[in-house]
Amino acid sequence: MELILIILLGMLYAAGVYLILRRSMVKLLLGIMLLGGGTNILIFLLGGIVKGKPPVIAEEAKLFQDVFADPIPQALILTAIVISFALTAFAIVLLKRVYALVNSDDLDDLNTPEEEDI
Amino acid sequence: MLLTVLSGLFFSCLTIPFGKMLKTKWSILLPIVPLLLFAFFLTQIPLISSGNSLYQHINWISSLGVNFDFKLDGLSLLFSLLITGIGTAIFVYARSYLKGHRYYDRFFGYLFLFMAAMLGVVLSNNILLLFIFWELTSISSFFLIGFNNDNAESRKSAITSFCITGLGGFFLLAGLILLGNIADTFVISELIQAKDLILNHQLYPVAVIFLCIGAFTKSAQFPFHFWLPGAMKAPTPVSAYLHSATMVKAGIYLLARFTPILGGTPLWNNTLMIVGGITMLYAAIHSLFRIDLKGILAYSTISVLGVLTFLLGIGTKEAVTAASVFLLAHALYKATLFLVTGIIDHETGTRDISLLSGLGKVMFPVAIAGSLAALSSAGVPLTFGFIGKDLIYEATLHTPQINFKWVLTGLAIATNVGLVAAGFMAGFKPFFGKLPQQFAGVHLPYTSMWIPPLVLGVLGVIFGCAPGITGHLLTEQVAKNIIHHEITAPLKIYHGFNQVLILSLSTLAVGTLVYLMNKASSRKLAFIARFKALSPEQIIIGCGEDLLKISAWATSLSHNGYLRSYHLKIILFAEALLAYKLWHSGSISIDLNMLTQPGLYEIAVALVFVGALGIMVSTSSRLTAVVSMSIIGYCTCLIFVFYSAPDLAMTQFTIDTLSTVLFVLVLYRLPSFINLASRKILYRDAAVSIGFGLILSLIALKVWSEPITKDISHFYGENAYLLAKGKNVVNVILVDFRGIDTMFETVVLSIAALGVYSLIRLRLKPTEKE
Repeated sequence: MELILIILLGMLYAAGVYLILRRSMVKLLLGIMLLGGGTNILIFLLGGIVKGKPPVIAEEAKLFQDVFADPIPQALILTAIVISFALTAFAIVLLKRVYALVNSDDLDDLNTPEEEDI
Repeated sequence: MLLTVLSGLFFSCLTIPFGKMLKTKWSILLPIVPLLLFAFFLTQIPLISSGNSLYQHINWISSLGVNFDFKLDGLSLLFSLLITGIGTAIFVYARSYLKGHRYYDRFFGYLFLFMAAMLGVVLSNNILLLFIFWELTSISSFFLIGFNNDNAESRKSAITSFCITGLGGFFLLAGLILLGNIADTFVISELIQAKDLILNHQLYPVAVIFLCIGAFTKSAQFPFHFWLPGAMKAPTPVSAYLHSATMVKAGIYLLARFTPILGGTPLWNNTLMIVGGITMLYAAIHSLFRIDLKGILAYSTISVLGVLTFLLGIGTKEAVTAASVFLLAHALYKATLFLVTGIIDHETGTRDISLLSGLGKVMFPVAIAGSLAALSSAGVPLTFGFIGKDLIYEATLHTPQINFKWVLTGLAIATNVGLVAAGFMAGFKPFFGKLPQQFAGVHLPYTSMWIPPLVLGVLGVIFGCAPGITGHLLTEQVAKNIIHHEITAPLKIYHGFNQVLILSLSTLAVGTLVYLMNKASSRKLAFIARFKALSPEQIIIGCGEDLLKISAWATSLSHNGYLRSYHLKIILFAEALLAYKLWHSGSISIDLNMLTQPGLYEIAVALVFVGALGIMVSTSSRLTAVVSMSIIGYCTCLIFVFYSAPDLAMTQFTIDTLSTVLFVLVLYRLPSFINLASRKILYRDAAVSIGFGLILSLIALKVWSEPITKDISHFYGENAYLLAKGKNVVNVILVDFRGIDTMFETVVLSIAALGVYSLIRLRLKPTEKE
């Protein structure tokens, strides 16, 4: 399964990069989200994947009796997911405003006229 | 000693709150500060002249080797006396010179700052501390040159001088750090101990060159000399103080201070001799072509700085003694000449030497001061300048390179002839002859303006009449500090009728002749201006402008304004870097036993995942892309479920749903994707992204195959319940062990939420659009 995950994250990165090289703002945003997803899987993988052993201590025990999944990558990823949602939400609304202003989804239309004078 | 340095900074700060008071009669307090400091240094003379040094050490940033190490020896004392003594004269003078000026308080603030910085330079025993003060002098000089900030020329000169000295400062810093690293100490007196180590180190030539560039830029040596004439845009007291008596000598000080550490090698001696020699002759000739009084003085100052460098380059006992005597003599007469020039400018409104004459009739004391200084500068017997000139010839005649004896002496003679004439032009010309009608109404300035130059001028004669005392008290120690040899020969007025005397007198005669024949006129100015295109000034400034063009071109090349091209460059660079590192980190070996077997569900999820990804990249419908995005999110969520991360799965599920809803709600009105790129570009981008994904996969494989330690995870696992009373370890980490991080994360989320809310509510008026 690790190998599959490695391939998946490589594909996520590749697709993310491909999308941020496009001119559309929506694609740019989707690309950034894909890159974020790829990184999450990367961290998850490097913590070591364990099947069916969540890092939760059993009801009656005070310590882990058994092997357990690494809690640190999970904590990191949890944070990352939440923060990336903040980014996504803000970016979506920003895109909406930009579209309302310049009536385009094309990044190239955002170049201000002042810059061209230089 | 720390106090003497800090007092200047302290009073500089005081001019901010009490600036208004200074503009009234309270300004009488100003010269008291340098006067007290001068008195302090005077009381140190007995201690120093008996061969002792004064040390002070206060810890500052010990871990970096930067401490307040101060040392007062002969060399420092001579400079400190110059800084505070001439400083006192300047403060008295400037008080009247700038009376009623708009920035009166500011001027003295800068002047205090400069005095403190300059004292810091000459007293520091730590080279990094020295560098800090060195830069401070450049900065205060910048402010003082640009003091008349409504004048464009003045501002330009300030920037030029700052660029040149700042550039030198960089080199100096590099040189100093090199030295410090070689010897493993930043303390000057310890560096002297490590001289052998430094001389034999392979980086020695680099350190010497860097240090020399620092010193040459500061002391206006060829080809960096051109900032000094420009610096004459500063008010005259500043030119007298910074740009002739003290700051420009900081470079000389630096060379003298490092002679015991770096000196004595052919590289050192030849560099100083050649650069000093070129500078002194070049500037002496130039000074004869000027008609602006300050221009003449600026070029003759450069010439003298060249002489001093030249003498340090010869580096013999005689040469070093000559340098220390000439330094003092020059400071005295040149400051006087500048102050006299300031008076003339102040009273007549012109500095054009072809217009000025006969002023001695209306301002007699000023004429005396000017003439005394001119005599000293010419090296007429019984002035201090004479002693200096004598010693210079003594040094060139006794140089160890016998073959070059007459070359060096010839250079010195030619330079001195120029200096004699320049001195007469500045000190005699304006005062003698017929008083023109237009200056009939000119009168003597305030007493406080003509007293300082007169005192300095008279001092030149007193020292000249009793050179032995000066030599015993000061210059012998200075020379000893530079070459670490006892100086036995006392300074004398008359050495007997020998070669040196003949040379001195004939120089004087020829110089006077040149002065009499050299009629100032604007035609000569035009003549010399023809060579301007070849001057170092044009070349260096031209280089600066070309550099600007190159960087503008490079910026327009890399900075084309298209986000995707930036992305492309960043990613290509990252790929190259990562691939290189991956290539060099060895082969990847995977232990197949470590792999977990994928089940049927996992494989199914992975297939859906890949399919969604493919659709997302290729679709032209925005909605499809968003839906695929959410499918990818849910697949990730399932992977988290399979592999023991229920919290992650829940979060991912929630967030993914929310994102999709937001996307669809907010963006449903956008147009569908249009394919704007050509096929070629698409292939290129695809290649770049596949390469990136491949490299990342390989890195992930590599990292995964390396063993990792899980100490921290075990710590959390074991202590989650015992310390934090929680059983879900991930939650315990987030809200307890790393609680503050989570709190800030919440803050970030709140800020984003506020941003979203305000953007949605924002209603721009039609006029505000664009």
